[in-house]
Amino acid sequence: MAYPANYRYTKEHEWVDVKGDVAAIGITDYAQHELGDVVFVELPKVGSKIEAGKTFGTVESVKAVSDIYAPASGEVVEANDVLHNTPEKINTDPHGGGWLIKIRLANPAEISGLMDTAAYEAYIASQSKEASA
Amino acid sequence: MRYLPKSPAERKDMLAAIGAKSIDDLFSSIPERYRLREALKLPGPLSETEVIDFFKARAAENSGGYSSFLGAGVYNHLRSVVTDAIIQRGEFLTSYTPYQAEITQGTLQAIFEFQTLMCQLTGQEVANASMYDGSTATTEAVLMAERLTGRRRILVARSLHPEYRDVLKTYAKNSGLHVEEIGYGANGTLDQKALHSALKDDVAAVVVQSPNFFGVIESLSPLADAAHSSGALLVAAITEGVSLGLLNPPAEADIVAMEAQSFGLAPSYGGPFAGVVASRDKFVRQMPGRLTGQTTDSEGRRGFVLTLATREQHIRREKATSNICTNQALCALAVTVHLTLLGKEGLREMAHQNLSKAQFALSELEKIPGVRRAFAAPFFNEFTIELPRSVKIVNAYLLREKIIGPFVLGTAYPELTKHALVCVTETTTRAEIDRFAAVLRRALEQPL
Amino acid sequence: MTDKIKKASTHPSQNEGLIFEKSSPGKRAFELPPLDVPAAEPAKALGANYRREGVEGFPEVSEIEVIRHFTRLSTWNYAIDLGMYPLGSCTMKYNPRVNEFVARLDGIATEHPYQPQELSQGCLKILQLLEKCLLEITGMDAVTLQPAAGAQGELTGLLLIRAYHEKNGNPRKKVLIPDSAHGTNPATAVIAGYEVENIKSESHGQIDVDKLRDLVTPDVAALMITNPSTLGIFEERIPEIAEILHAKGALLYMDGANMNALTGITRPGDLGVDVMHLNLHKTFSTPHGGGGPGAGPVAMKKILEPFRPVPILVEKEAGRLALEQIRPDSIGRVKAFSGNFGVLVRALAYILAYGPGVRQATEDAVLNANYIRKHLEGVYELPYSLPSMHEVVFSDALQKKNGVSTMDIAKRLIDYGFHPYTTAFPLIVPGALMIEPTESESREECDLFIDAMRSIAEEAATNPELVKTAPHTTRVRRLDEVGAARKPILRWKPQVSRTEAAD
Repeated sequence: MAYPANYRYTKEHEWVDVKGDVAAIGITDYAQHELGDVVFVELPKVGSKIEAGKTFGTVESVKAVSDIYAPASGEVVEANDVLHNTPEKINTDPHGGGWLIKIRLANPAEISGLMDTAAYEAYIASQSKEASA
Repeated sequence: MRYLPKSPAERKDMLAAIGAKSIDDLFSSIPERYRLREALKLPGPLSETEVIDFFKARAAENSGGYSSFLGAGVYNHLRSVVTDAIIQRGEFLTSYTPYQAEITQGTLQAIFEFQTLMCQLTGQEVANASMYDGSTATTEAVLMAERLTGRRRILVARSLHPEYRDVLKTYAKNSGLHVEEIGYGANGTLDQKALHSALKDDVAAVVVQSPNFFGVIESLSPLADAAHSSGALLVAAITEGVSLGLLNPPAEADIVAMEAQSFGLAPSYGGPFAGVVASRDKFVRQMPGRLTGQTTDSEGRRGFVLTLATREQHIRREKATSNICTNQALCALAVTVHLTLLGKEGLREMAHQNLSKAQFALSELEKIPGVRRAFAAPFFNEFTIELPRSVKIVNAYLLREKIIGPFVLGTAYPELTKHALVCVTETTTRAEIDRFAAVLRRALEQPL
Repeated sequence: MTDKIKKASTHPSQNEGLIFEKSSPGKRAFELPPLDVPAAEPAKALGANYRREGVEGFPEVSEIEVIRHFTRLSTWNYAIDLGMYPLGSCTMKYNPRVNEFVARLDGIATEHPYQPQELSQGCLKILQLLEKCLLEITGMDAVTLQPAAGAQGELTGLLLIRAYHEKNGNPRKKVLIPDSAHGTNPATAVIAGYEVENIKSESHGQIDVDKLRDLVTPDVAALMITNPSTLGIFEERIPEIAEILHAKGALLYMDGANMNALTGITRPGDLGVDVMHLNLHKTFSTPHGGGGPGAGPVAMKKILEPFRPVPILVEKEAGRLALEQIRPDSIGRVKAFSGNFGVLVRALAYILAYGPGVRQATEDAVLNANYIRKHLEGVYELPYSLPSMHEVVFSDALQKKNGVSTMDIAKRLIDYGFHPYTTAFPLIVPGALMIEPTESESREECDLFIDAMRSIAEEAATNPELVKTAPHTTRVRRLDEVGAARKPILRWKPQVSRTEAAD
């Protein structure tokens, strides 16, 4: 699966899609592949505040639970409620319909510190090499 | 040794195959000075006959030949030999936890049936595959309420089993929970006024037992309403499950913690028993313990698997809902077999016999001068009486007549000196009740 | 299936639905003796609490249907009585039948925990003798038989440690836990009110003793060690580890799950362990019963004795035994009544049967594990090459080249007539195969297991699809665990109707 060119990425395999001062956040194709079939998602409530670098929710497969880390700080303006009934969207459409939350950025400058597509693709290539070493 | 399937020759061959000179070679990673040079000083070895003789001798030093009127959280009920015939089958007895579902469908389906029976009994939507016992189930229910509400104050009925309260205290100490007791009123039920004044928006749970430790039946609806109006959850503890044959299930409770010992498990000096936590579907992800779910295989057949395992310690590790690993599977299986044997009518009939015999016993005891019923509220198979003298002394007299008398309440409840908790089940014969009343009458006639 | 699979064949297996699906009003399986007192009027006696109808949905079946139902279910299970369980760290050994017999004796099964102590001397003698035996086996000073399971034993142990530190003025904040530890360890530490600090194992899978020195700060209450480790390897430097901890006033907790490698050979107390739990359903042969009950006694050094949970067994004048319910420094009660007595009886029966010869069981367990290791080295990758004790951990690295994982190999092992080994644990070995045969396996059974594993390795190389889609011979194929977690169905309900090909 291609990694959208206009997104930014974190080392914990989250992506951010900024439109104005609102950022959509999700987990990448690499992350969903590592996790396996998603069975449950725990998301923060609309109105709550998340802090860059801290966890804001979890994504669960049958055998594992992954913490999701906030790539940037902000207030949650929307949560993707459709995931309650169809968590598999995270597997089938991780960069699109599988988005997790949308936040109003508290500090838009935080985004510039994240990896662009090329850097992220290089990062996951090195991760895979390590895993099979 | 009869449990070891090796001949000396085979041991020798296997060592040779490994390339070891002696078995000691295989322990070389243990520093020499810590390796035992002598055999452990243990009794034995005993042949099978000698093992049996040893335990028979111990059995003879216990309470054989006595009648008993003890309940207080452990109950004598009829059990069918069919239950043992099933749970003694090697495929149930010696099977492992059903993590490999394809070869443990027997255990998994039986647990699914157990979970269903527990829901039917308690009026709740989901039940787990058992916890160690009622006392730890109650504690786990409280911890679950804490997780669900984010609050730390717990209001516990003083009429909750004293040992259950002790266990809760042990766990609460290290979880930062504040446990407060709510007393009981003159009729033996929870003091609702005290409850209302204690309820604030920092209470996670109100914990009530019904029938309570005094045998008295609590009405849960007003307690549930009170709890809910403050945003707290109602936890209902049940120590005598047979009562559910004739009593309304605690459907108003948010979480139920039940001891299932009454359903086919021998008293066995206190264990092993089987606790259950039952609750609403919406709370299931905060439930502790194993859960079995129905699913299909790759060819569409119905099957069962352990599920929602991400709550548990082997995945969540430090963030688990509980540290529990084993459950009480074989006990839960015995409960399942027992309840299917009793069935709908059998459970009702058993409950009715309990109620009838307890009512009869009370009416006989009330005829004895000086014996007073302590609490006016309805009871099931246990009731509290007040005597004109020390229960301990009366029980000593009863003991000489080979009767194990009622539970002394004064130790755990200093305000209830000279009070005793009498338990009568379907196993207590009329003759035993009559004799108990006669001997008690004589005991009270003795000079002080 | 062909003649390369020697241990198992297929055979018609009885189908059976849920007991609720056989239910019909008016059927009964158990009758009570007639009521011998006047019948109560429940509506009058119970008032508003009276349940007008029987429990809705409760089964109504006959005795033969109950027998057939559960007997059929039992035939769908694998069990120790049928063959080896190579499950690492589970110690699936033979469950002696005499243990079941004595636990059911009148006078043993029938005793009420609140009956007078003078009528319970037999029960109390059983507890006392078991205590003495466990102290001798572990080399400790005091023991509690209260905890209902290993995990509860761990919690009890950590609460003892906390009480000890509190008595010394400072409960401390952290517990150190190796990354190879069983999941109950960190879960338990949190419940005991401690923070968990995970410590990385060194290149041989052992605790990094040199790094440990820096990690043991005054904030550390204890280290939880499993010995042998979950890799089946003896932590040789455990006496040093104990010294490092003790120098800083911290304590050493040992998870006794792997005691089957040590009984009669060495004693944790001698190695510097301060407190440990035992799993009676592992080392001491009490049955797993499909997942419990177990028991997790905790043995400790003298310094922790005052904090033991109540009730405490004491010997009074003239050898009379009693249970004391009040002790000023006790951590309190961890479970109602007095431990899983029925399980304790079975463990004592096991110990009495062996006596001082229990060492032989340990030797045979270690012999079996090494015999299997020798014959599978080179066939499967051995990530840590230090000597194995009672269990050996391989990895699926060689088979992964063809896309075959430890889970697939485990599932294929089922077709060969065995229960799988432990997959994917310990976490420090990716794709782990954790194998513990126990002393209960004959040479023949070990050979059958070795043959099966070698054959599967060959299949992984020449016919990987066969392994990846296993098992092929079971009543149900691989079950949809994802669906079960996404849309949980956790009980039977009358209106649910799905096509049930299995019944």
